[in-house]
Amino acid sequence: MSDIAQSTSQSPSKSDQSGHDHHGPAKGITRWIYTTNHKDIGTLYLWFSFIMFLTGGCMALVIRSELFQPGLQLVQPEFFNQMTTMHGLIMVFGAVMPAFVGLANWMIPMMVGAPDMALPRMNNLSFWILPFAFAMLLSTLLMEGGGPNFGWTFYAPLSTTYAPPSVTFFIFSVHMMGISSIMGAINVIATILNMRAPGMTLMKMPLFVWTWLITAFLLIAVMPVLAGVITMMLMDIHFGTSFFDAGGGGDPVLFQHLFWFFGHPEVYIMILPAFGIISHIVPAFSRKRLFGYASMVYATASIALLSFIVWAHHMFTVGLPLAGELFFMYSTMLIAVPTGVKVFNWVSTMFRGAMTFETPMLFAIGFIVLFTIGGFSGLMLAISPADFQYHDTYFVVAHFHYVLVPGAVFSIIAGAYYWLPKWTGHMYDECLGKWHFWLSMIGVNLTFFPMHFIGLAGMPRRIPDYALQFADFNMIASIGGFLFGFSQLLFLYIVIKCIRGGKQAEANPWEGAEGLEWEVPSPAPYHTFSTPPEVK
Amino acid sequence: MDTVCKRTQKPCAASMPRSFPVSEDKRFLLLAGDQKAQLFALLLLPLLMLAQLLAAPKAQADWELNMPVGVTEISASVYNLHMTIFWICVVIGLIVFGVMFWSILHHRKSRGAKAASFHESTFVEILWTVIPLLILVGMAIPATATLRQMYDTSESEVDIQITGYQWKWRYQYLNEEIDFFSNLTTPKEQINNQAEKTENYLLEVDNPLLVPVGQKIRFLLTSNDVIHSWWVPDFAVKKDAIPGFINEAWTKIDKPGIYRGQCAELCGKDHGFMPIVVKAVPPEEYQNWVAEQQAAKAAKTASAAKEWTLEELVAKGEQVYNTACAACHQPNGMGIPGAFPALKDSPLATKDKEGHIRIVLFGKAGTAMAAYGSQFDPVDLAAVITYERNAWGNNTGEMVTPQDIQQHLKAGQ
Amino acid sequence: MATVSHSSDAHDSHDANHNSGDHQSYYVPHQSHWPIVAASGLFLLMFGTGQMINHPDSPLRWLSVVGALIIIWMFFGWFRNVIEESMGGLYDEQMDRSFRWGMGWFIFSEVMFFAAFFGALFYVRQLAVPWLAGDGSNAMTHELLWPDFVAQWPLMTPPDTSAYSGPQQIIDPWHLPLINTVLLVTSSVTLTFAHHALRANKRGALASWLALTLLLGAAFLVIQAEEYVEAYTKLGLTLESGIYGGTFFILTGFHGLHVTMGSIILLVMLLRILKGHFTPQQHFGFEAAAWYWHFVDVVWLGLFLFVYVF
Ligand code: HEA
Ligand code: HEA
Ligand code: HEC
Ligand code: CUA
Ligand SMILES: [Cu+2]
Repeated sequence: MSDIAQSTSQSPSKSDQSGHDHHGPAKGITRWIYTTNHKDIGTLYLWFSFIMFLTGGCMALVIRSELFQPGLQLVQPEFFNQMTTMHGLIMVFGAVMPAFVGLANWMIPMMVGAPDMALPRMNNLSFWILPFAFAMLLSTLLMEGGGPNFGWTFYAPLSTTYAPPSVTFFIFSVHMMGISSIMGAINVIATILNMRAPGMTLMKMPLFVWTWLITAFLLIAVMPVLAGVITMMLMDIHFGTSFFDAGGGGDPVLFQHLFWFFGHPEVYIMILPAFGIISHIVPAFSRKRLFGYASMVYATASIALLSFIVWAHHMFTVGLPLAGELFFMYSTMLIAVPTGVKVFNWVSTMFRGAMTFETPMLFAIGFIVLFTIGGFSGLMLAISPADFQYHDTYFVVAHFHYVLVPGAVFSIIAGAYYWLPKWTGHMYDECLGKWHFWLSMIGVNLTFFPMHFIGLAGMPRRIPDYALQFADFNMIASIGGFLFGFSQLLFLYIVIKCIRGGKQAEANPWEGAEGLEWEVPSPAPYHTFSTPPEVK
Repeated sequence: MDTVCKRTQKPCAASMPRSFPVSEDKRFLLLAGDQKAQLFALLLLPLLMLAQLLAAPKAQADWELNMPVGVTEISASVYNLHMTIFWICVVIGLIVFGVMFWSILHHRKSRGAKAASFHESTFVEILWTVIPLLILVGMAIPATATLRQMYDTSESEVDIQITGYQWKWRYQYLNEEIDFFSNLTTPKEQINNQAEKTENYLLEVDNPLLVPVGQKIRFLLTSNDVIHSWWVPDFAVKKDAIPGFINEAWTKIDKPGIYRGQCAELCGKDHGFMPIVVKAVPPEEYQNWVAEQQAAKAAKTASAAKEWTLEELVAKGEQVYNTACAACHQPNGMGIPGAFPALKDSPLATKDKEGHIRIVLFGKAGTAMAAYGSQFDPVDLAAVITYERNAWGNNTGEMVTPQDIQQHLKAGQ
Repeated sequence: MATVSHSSDAHDSHDANHNSGDHQSYYVPHQSHWPIVAASGLFLLMFGTGQMINHPDSPLRWLSVVGALIIIWMFFGWFRNVIEESMGGLYDEQMDRSFRWGMGWFIFSEVMFFAAFFGALFYVRQLAVPWLAGDGSNAMTHELLWPDFVAQWPLMTPPDTSAYSGPQQIIDPWHLPLINTVLLVTSSVTLTFAHHALRANKRGALASWLALTLLLGAAFLVIQAEEYVEAYTKLGLTLESGIYGGTFFILTGFHGLHVTMGSIILLVMLLRILKGHFTPQQHFGFEAAAWYWHFVDVVWLGLFLFVYVF
């Protein structure tokens, strides 16, 4: 292993020039396989996530092509169902979650002034489980009877008694993803609670750190429940139990309760870190401190706590007792309040700032507007009697893509642009970045806005073919999907170009950015903060 | 009867030719069950899309943008609820985005804006917590009222048990002893783009649910296999059909007409192909229909006693097979490898006659193969089994008679 | 491999402020091949088990054994590294706290895993079974689908008796389960005595108490095995006997698995103690094992109450 002299350096102001020897990255492939370095692991996560995004995206494109016009043209219904299922699973577990873990790995130690994650070897394990898990998941597509075809929510008994044999491997791969997530989350919590630099009290932590702390808590609380419910599926399928079979005294709806007890917090797992990222970018490019830091923290915590008691809003039509229906409707509606606080705080941060509109800021603004639209449709879904009409239609599909694509995905892209100079030491191509934003913005709205209309007009989700009156908007959505999808190849190009060269980035390339990560040089040395900086 | 557009009741524009000539479209249609070939289709996607784009017909359909007001009191109040929340969201959105874009325009650095330094205000934080809370309370009140109404299933005049099957609906009128299945009738050729799609494409069935207007109808929903969901937008009724449990819903239709809906819960391969058609008629017409049905039932029982020939049974069996069995076992009897077994050359369908009858009558627990003994009358059952034993080269020449079936049914499993 | 070359020579001027009080540089291990070994072992285990279930004749089923062996090897290697680093004085108090947080949150995740099964138990007892018998707004469920079904718990006659034959009898809580409760509770106490002995540096007492704890754990497992045999052979209580059997076996089964795991961990601790590991000041490995054991114990109390007694 080679010593790289500069790798010990920290921000001059904070460093005490201690010269103990640290090692730079190892050479060759083992650098990535054996690594314990949070930056390497972060990079692995991010690339993995991007590959999964393209994979899941290709499946979305199969879906959109089939739905381009009425009739069956490209694929058969059973394969269509597999595409829908895999698309949902891969995007959720393979693209969005690992991307946030990647960002956490890269940024949290730098933001709290820690030398690395608290448990670096376990960190590496958390990552390397994922390629295996997804290889196994994808391999089910080639198995006899095909891959999972029961939706990413895999309701029993379609996913038990009536499932293809490959469901066994589906269950095991989800187990592996769960193990990975839990270990990753434990690491994040231990890092945040234990590795902060002296003087960094909880209420001085950057918001990305805060939101991840709460996200990690959610992960540890709900991933085991997912593990439990898929174990019960396995038992029903292979060992003769009757958890989800009324004939033995069980209940198919029990599956849904358990799944959504995981599933609803899961969707906030996919948005809370996004809130964190946006809360960094908006102040940086408004050149003004974040408005209402404390209320941001409390709002995040409230959203997380509320998320445990709203799960049955996905089940309004299963025949819950009236009291249950009302309880879940009210509690779900309440989430609009803390989320609103966040939106208002961002807008107030921009208000009377001195804004510039580099690519990260553009994506952040896109996020705020489109996420809010997705939130509004979420609130409409929460109104139980109205949900009787919306449920399982494209209105729901529109809702969750607005919060997930221009929500979670935009925030990841925004974060990537924002921190690319820190990661690579180069500035990305601003002009191309702007192109990327506008193409994505147009593409995403073309794809998902019409889905509100077809949903309200009565098109169910998860169907490979549809009645004629839905044709026009489906065609628009398909074209938009391709536009959005191919624009992401531009992103790939921009990132690679930035890694390979470009204008040298300063330690802090953004005029208004604050935080410890901007005090180390760009690119960030392989080891940062071997000795903790002091935070005043 | 299907000449008016689904729910708008307007005559439909005859501008629906959304299919290609046969030859052109064959290219895009990959063989059923060929998993790997479908995977490879992935690679060809962009090309295919481009071809489709160029070939796309430019005809206009009626653009529907919103939830239907529907034809019941409940559906109207749901519609109002929907519009109320929608407009509230629009107003909030306008305010929030208004402030934001105003700031973006005026507080930009390029215009020389200098950043202010305020970063908190307890007063506004409280304000924008309390105001949304009040708005939410305002929404919750009418929503609660509507929901209570929807949950009141008491005092119904007609009770119909609706059972979901993969992939059709069964309607049993509890007090009239009427019992029938409702299957999709859209021909395969239309779905596969080999024939022009007609107006109620995918929303048409052989036996619609017939109900009287102006009476409270209670639906008792359950399922025979996986979860389905019975949804007719014009009634604002959507309720899951859950195996082993009965869910209740109700409606009271104001206007005679034909109302269409679809299964709304993923239930397997043909989830997209199990529509719902409800025909609402004046009460007198409904009474006549009930009487007719009961007469037809008597005639059916008589036909079981008749002597059938092999040809008659095969001909009838083919019909039954194509509506009830072909979805899984495929019209050519080849099944879908790994999911549904082939019946062509299967030992059960060529040799073991007893076993063949038993699996059709009693199904196989724990698989998608349902018990058909309770779904069809003995004639249809005899016919379909006879057909399977004589189709696709399964030339046993054997015949299974309705009497055989009755015996098996009596003997039980 | 993790190397321990760059070690604790670091000092800086911030000692006073650092939240660990006495600051050494946080130990960041270098490269290690154990994680990838673990990930591949896990994959082989999962994939092989899947094969075993789906294609019992496929030779690929042996991959599960290979995977399991790799995982065992990995545990030895990985923990050896950790132990060596710890005994080599590479860990400071901050590191210790990382381990504590890690173990604490891991146990929390286990709590949630059991919570899923307890949730299922309460749901079927309080809601699903009564509904099937017509409770609440489910009169029609009873009337049309299960007219003969009577709600009871333990559920001796499932709704569909042709598919599931209920148990003939259930386990008497005041016999074997009671003994097991006494065993486990006692084992928690003996383990605490062991911990006190460790703090007081009484190695002999430590080893004896720990060995006793292990013995109690093993006895528990033997009795549970006996109980399972009885359930299957005499009582007709099986996985297939409807929802009572399902909830019974999934809860007690996963608990039993955890006792087994806990016993193995305690065994490792005993061996380490015999080798002279741990000091009265530094023994987090031991403490973590103890936490785990107490957690398993608490879960048992929940089981005893809600699975057996009520
Ligand atoms: C990142 C993911 C994410 C996020 C953040 C959300 C956020 C919300 N979601 Fe969404 N949701 C999903 C992902 C997400 N959802 C997914 C994936 C599904 C489908 C799963 C499946 O079936 O496959 C789903 C489905 C779903 C349903 C079930 C629909 C159905 O199947 O019938 C419901 C119902 O209540 C719902 C509600 C909400 C609500 C109320 C919010 C709230 O958090 C939104 C709050 C935000 C705002 C309201 C906007 C900002 C607020 C203001 C500006 C303040 C003032 C506003 C008012 C007072 C109105 N969601
Ligand atoms: C974060 C999550 C996420 C993301 C990012 C997306 C992204 C997209 N989603 Fe998806 N979606 C879900 C989560 C997500 N989705 C979930 C949870 C479901 C529910 C599943 C279920 O019902 O069970 C769903 C369902 C769903 C449906 C409904 C399917 C159905 O009901 O049958 C549709 C239909 O249009 C759709 C479309 C799209 C499109 C067009 C995109 C686009 O944004 C995708 C963009 C495209 C790309 C990124 C492709 C880029 C690749 C290339 C251009 C090729 C390059 C190739 C190489 C280099 C090899 N999604
Ligand atoms: C929802 C899907 C589905 C439908 C519809 C269906 N089947 Fe089946 N069928 C199956 C499955 C799955 C099996 C395999 C069961 C097993 O695992 O043995 C099967 C098995 C069979 C077999 C035994 C084949 C063999 O060689 O083992 C026969 C005969 C059969 N079905 C006849 C019918 C008839 C007649 C109908 C219509 C009245 C029908 N099926 C409708 C799914 C279906
Ligand atoms: Cu039946 Cu979907
Ligand atoms: Cu939710």
